Amino acid sequence: MTAIPQPETHATSTPPRTAPIVAMNDIRVSFGGVHAVDGVSIDLHEGEVVGLVGGNGAGKSTLMKVLSGAQVPDSGEIRINGQRVTIHNPRDARAHGIETIYQTLALADNLDAPSNVFLGRELVGGLGTLDDAAMESATRELMERLNPRFKNFKAAVASLSGGQRQSVAIARAIQFNAQILIMDEPTAALGPAETAQVRELIRQLKADGLGIFLISHDIHDVFDLSDRISVMHQGEIVGTVERAGVTTDQVLAMIILGKKPDEVTSEELAALH
Amino acid sequence: MAQPSSAPTPTIPQATRPPRRSLGGALRVLDVDTRLLGLIAALAVIWIGFNVASDGTFLSARNLWNLSVQSASIAIMATGMVLIIVSRNIDLSVGAMLGFTGYTMAMAQTQWLPNGLGLGLDNPLTWIITLLFGLVLGAILGGIQGFVVAYGGVPSFIVTLGGLLVWRGLIFQYAQGQTIAPMDPTFRLLGGGPQGSLGEVGSWALGAIACVAIVVGLILNRRRRASYGFQVRPMWAVVLVGAVGIGIVLGGVWVANAYPWPEALANQYAESNGIPIPPGGLIIPTGIAYPVLIMIAVTIVMTHLAERRRFGRNVYAIGGNPLAAELSGINTRRTVMLTFAVMGVLAAVSAAIQTARLNAAVTGLGVQNELDVISAAVIGGTSFSGGIGTIPGAILGAVVMQSLRSGMVLMRVDSPMQDIVVGIVLVAAVGLDSILRRRASS
Ligand SMILES: Nc1ncnc2c1ncn2[C@@H]1O[C@H](COP(=O)(O)OP(=O)(O)OP(=O)(O)O)[C@@H](O)[C@H]1O
Ligand SMILES: [Mg+2]
Repeated sequence: MTAIPQPETHATSTPPRTAPIVAMNDIRVSFGGVHAVDGVSIDLHEGEVVGLVGGNGAGKSTLMKVLSGAQVPDSGEIRINGQRVTIHNPRDARAHGIETIYQTLALADNLDAPSNVFLGRELVGGLGTLDDAAMESATRELMERLNPRFKNFKAAVASLSGGQRQSVAIARAIQFNAQILIMDEPTAALGPAETAQVRELIRQLKADGLGIFLISHDIHDVFDLSDRISVMHQGEIVGTVERAGVTTDQVLAMIILGKKPDEVTSEELAALH
Repeated sequence: MAQPSSAPTPTIPQATRPPRRSLGGALRVLDVDTRLLGLIAALAVIWIGFNVASDGTFLSARNLWNLSVQSASIAIMATGMVLIIVSRNIDLSVGAMLGFTGYTMAMAQTQWLPNGLGLGLDNPLTWIITLLFGLVLGAILGGIQGFVVAYGGVPSFIVTLGGLLVWRGLIFQYAQGQTIAPMDPTFRLLGGGPQGSLGEVGSWALGAIACVAIVVGLILNRRRRASYGFQVRPMWAVVLVGAVGIGIVLGGVWVANAYPWPEALANQYAESNGIPIPPGGLIIPTGIAYPVLIMIAVTIVMTHLAERRRFGRNVYAIGGNPLAAELSGINTRRTVMLTFAVMGVLAAVSAAIQTARLNAAVTGLGVQNELDVISAAVIGGTSFSGGIGTIPGAILGAVVMQSLRSGMVLMRVDSPMQDIVVGIVLVAAVGLDSILRRRASS
């Protein structure tokens, strides 16, 4: 294995068939002296899964937090369906149909699953009283699809297993008809059966026309599910490639070396093995 | 969720275990708060203990009636403190806010309303204008502190410690050590006493309404869950819960009515109304005191706020995971500010009760009440780690505290010793609670 195949790499500005539902341009975030996200541009289309990969601390989560309103960028612009938008907080992001499953599951441990699913968007009845029965019912329906073995609808989520908690986090993201879904390590805490369920769910949501950013350290997950793969390294995008045009080895090389496949020498590649 | 990757899983023995008829199982079926039951058990032990030690004086109608009135003002504030502590904050200024609002309400009814609007001390509007004024003032004081905590990012411990000094300082500044008395006669009814009570018929009527509410509430809740196809409590459990609830209500009313007006007052009343005094003296049942009535109303409103409203749900979410609350779009700052404003309003309610009861505003009004209020909330199961605590628990906590104090007074325990006992009980209660919690979670 000496010759390196030259895959076709896409610049993020490639004109697509339809306008992207999300376009993030030249986003910058720094913490003190650390440039966590350093001039990144990335986009996402309807019914598309874009895998976002990179080593620890590459800036994936920070970039996605900018889109979900959890992190205000230093500079850069965000367009949703072509419209320039400002996202100052999670409420703004939700208003644009952006839902997020955070890497560190953002659950209120003391509350039960339905309360967590509807956190911040509780269903209320006529006089403004909480409609807990309706919330439980909707959550049960959702779980039927996500994790049929889930039964603890009354227990505080602190007492649930990692996988069950993950199901709750996912349920929360898909309950409200999102247009754009950000999944930061959605299968990290899951067993094999649950992982398969989440994969199936991602395919379903994609078929429903959602655009999904999928962050994962599992290169096989990314290859199975993504249409395009964006690789980040030290706050910058190394490249965005069509899934069909690359091998896992090439993507791994991009992740580890921070170079596009055509810039990698065979010695460097050999050193990885 | 460790599980074998592919091989058919062997049948798990525990899945086939028959349902056991244990106490824990029964409690689960009843769907009642076990922590609350523990508190009730502790209260029962305290009451019976003191009753034995005092030869039956403690559980007399008279003592229980007094106990209910004495608990009211602390219990009212404790319900607000629950929300504050649940959202991972603290309010050290409640006693000073109580003093400040109490003092201002006294000024309002004795000076400002008579001089400014020409409403005398016996004008029927005086009490309500004074009270509303006090409630708004409380909301403002609490709101200011909440604003600094939520939007200024200053820890609540510091803000309310500052508030304690400022509000208390303002009282001394303006009162110059003077006591303001007397209060408006109608306003005074808020403090309880024989006239400031519902009387026999009113108390039974209220009890009857409460019983109907319990039955209707249980039925509606059950129907609602059943309509969604959820599992519901078995009928015997519903009946048991309802029967216990009704028993407590009717028992409370009965005790309140078993306490008659003092003989001298009853005779005076008889004379002025031309009622002949029967041989054994005229017995006029006192009934539920207004402060207790206010406490019941506050409990209902606050429980509704905590459990059935977005605001309350959000407070618990903030306490459970502030970041998660923020990320799910909850306006955490406004929510936290509001908890402090609610606390201020409740301090004003208690201020009205205390000034009315004393028939005066003194500069020391509410001193150290913050300690009793925080203790009541904490004994009632509110956790400083945030996200956990109930309104009924805090009410019971206040009653436990007041029972200890009142029992020790009966036993002629002097005041420093009372403080020592209450201090030890507080630490022991929280210690026991955290041990039980740890055991339950492992
Ligand atoms: N709130 C913060 N304050 C300071 N530095 C931060 C903060 N959040 C992230 N960083 C830094 O920004 C860089 C990128 O972090 P980020 O969490 O985006 O990485 P990541 O690609 O998601 O990594 P991982 O794969 O481990 O989740 C890291 O160097 C991190 O230390
Ligand atoms: Mg990350």
